[in-house]
Amino acid sequence: MSITERPGLTGGADPAERAGWSEHPRRMGFFTDTSVCIGCKACEVACKEWNAVPAGALELTGMSFDNTIGLSASTWRHVAFIEQQAPGPEGPGHGVDGAMRWLMSSDVCKHCSEAGCLDVCPTGALMRTEFGTVVVQDDVCNGCGYCVPACPFGVIGRREDDGGAHKCTLCYDRLGVGMEPACAKACPTDSIQFGPLDELRERAQARVADLQQAGHPEAQLYLEGTDNGIGGAGAFFLLLDQPEVYGLPPDPVVPTRSLPRMWKHAGLAAAGVGAMVVAAFLGSRTDVR
Amino acid sequence: MSTGQPGTDPAREMNRGPAESSGGRHARQGQRQRQGRRRGSGRGEQFMVPRAEFRSYYGRPVIKEPVWKEPDVPAYLFFGGLAGASSVLAAAAQLTGRRGLACAAKAAALGGISVSTVALINDLGRPARFHHMLRVFKLSSPMSVGSWILSAYGPAAGAAALSDFTGFLPGAGAAATAGAALLGPAVTTYTAVLLCDTAVPAWHEAHREMPYVFAGSAASAAGGFALLAAPAREAEPARRLAIVGAAVELTAKKLLERRLESRAEPYQTGRAGALLRAGEILTFCGLAGAGLSRRSRAGSAASGLALLAASALTRFGIFEAGRISARHPEYTVVPQRERKQAREAEAATLAERPGQGGFVADLRAGGYRARDSSHRLRSPGRGDHRERAPGCGGVGLAVRRAPRRPRHDRDRRADLDSGRDRRALYP
Repeated sequence: MSITERPGLTGGADPAERAGWSEHPRRMGFFTDTSVCIGCKACEVACKEWNAVPAGALELTGMSFDNTIGLSASTWRHVAFIEQQAPGPEGPGHGVDGAMRWLMSSDVCKHCSEAGCLDVCPTGALMRTEFGTVVVQDDVCNGCGYCVPACPFGVIGRREDDGGAHKCTLCYDRLGVGMEPACAKACPTDSIQFGPLDELRERAQARVADLQQAGHPEAQLYLEGTDNGIGGAGAFFLLLDQPEVYGLPPDPVVPTRSLPRMWKHAGLAAAGVGAMVVAAFLGSRTDVR
Repeated sequence: MSTGQPGTDPAREMNRGPAESSGGRHARQGQRQRQGRRRGSGRGEQFMVPRAEFRSYYGRPVIKEPVWKEPDVPAYLFFGGLAGASSVLAAAAQLTGRRGLACAAKAAALGGISVSTVALINDLGRPARFHHMLRVFKLSSPMSVGSWILSAYGPAAGAAALSDFTGFLPGAGAAATAGAALLGPAVTTYTAVLLCDTAVPAWHEAHREMPYVFAGSAASAAGGFALLAAPAREAEPARRLAIVGAAVELTAKKLLERRLESRAEPYQTGRAGALLRAGEILTFCGLAGAGLSRRSRAGSAASGLALLAASALTRFGIFEAGRISARHPEYTVVPQRERKQAREAEAATLAERPGQGGFVADLRAGGYRARDSSHRLRSPGRGDHRERAPGCGGVGLAVRRAPRRPRHDRDRRADLDSGRDRRALYP
């Protein structure tokens, strides 16, 4: 199969190699199969425990069983809860038409092949690891906050107390010693699967085909391919509804894809400033005495 | 192709996929939200976007709102622009022997860049580590590029001003003036790239016009300051710069709003809309005043002040528009959904042609299938694709993408080609 992705500024077919890792392990990632998620939030807890992520505010949101709200500097796994009507009569296993169903999905940093946060980081605090993942080096980050709006998924955040940016590291420390990330380890239903990305992609293709055959035409893979706006993700998902229902962007594109054009326009505009000043001085010699 | 009529557009049909209830609920929430936001006061009852249908997760934002603070960052944009354009003005004034004008412009450059830098550092989460900006140089990071520009420009602008004020080292002062003038334009426009190279819809979608808005705004601010501070007999070039800059800013902003159509809503409603409209009015006043007040010192000063205020209001307005567009999921979801549907509709018509109607039939039936694996559902030949997307190099790129062009441009062209108005996509 041919590689269908465009080389981005820092992404590409093999992001680790592009980042300068000449010899590196296989690219590792997550496949989150939301069809078997039971919403236990063990991943959220395991992540906080292992990575010593501070607790968030305790509040009741009224958003089903979701009181975590979303990914942030101090939430690196987030379980979404959606209560909705089942797809309809053609969906066996859903029983009566119009029955309620509950969608649960554990969201996480996508570790994009073309990572917006990494592209725009001015200090080099964000880096590409040998596993192809994206990690913030806390001792380098100066808290400029540029990565926060640069992420098309709204994953990374800046902490109020320490002023630094934080996000999922795909348990870089555990990977280094051959262990799987804490969330995947804790997941009781294997909704979160960890492994080499190419293997996960095959597994996901088989799973979605099974589900569709079993009467779930709405089952779809999200970010599983490499022909999307982020050049492929290190964490992809099997969803049972449109991505935006889970709070995910339907067609994310890394902002730096249009950066060359932006620089071109900025250059032209800068030249325009010079031209405006020259124009302002042309022909206004009369007032000098 | 699709007509945009409800019920006949496969893309629209698809949106009524499974689980209408939850989506419907959130969509209705979205509608209510929209109905609350009208286009300003006194401009009639027209809604900018007639009830866009979108689904979201409890109305929560998809992307993160920038954590940059107000007034730090908009002030940094304004003062940086004032400084950059002032340096160019200063060099030209010095070259043409207008000492007073040069001195005033150099003062503006030094003051502007000082305030701008302080605001920028103050906005950092860890200000003591501001020097980490200079650990690396990355073209992919406008903030990195900007930091390096600032660290060369700042000392140059400072040296130019100090040499002028004190009379020391006039040769070095002249060199610094020239250096600052060369870097000044970059200081005025890199900040536009800084904002636009984010996932914030209002900023990113405006990336084509934003540098020109910033350039115009900076020029009018520099001209305005010089009108206020320079000796009247030397102020004529500043007056012209102010007028030209104001005109460029207003034009670029109009073009921006026209191209973005309904997606320009964040710039036209709410607090951002009010700030930008106030900025526009002040720009008009300043522009007219600068043109008419050649004989009046007070009139010139007032015009200059109006232009400075207008430039600042523009920056605050643009900043606020970005925050609003990040806060509300529809600004992220609706354009992306449209883009995806247009691409899929295009793929569907491609699939229909060689007699593979299956995919279209699936779409019409409302089955929302795996998008990322849709290339397996139809497989037109590679040549077909090369024909459709010249310039992509034909390096085995997926058929449904016309690479190396931002997709909204392509979709826009597709819409134009098919004679379909974007608005027709809204119910």
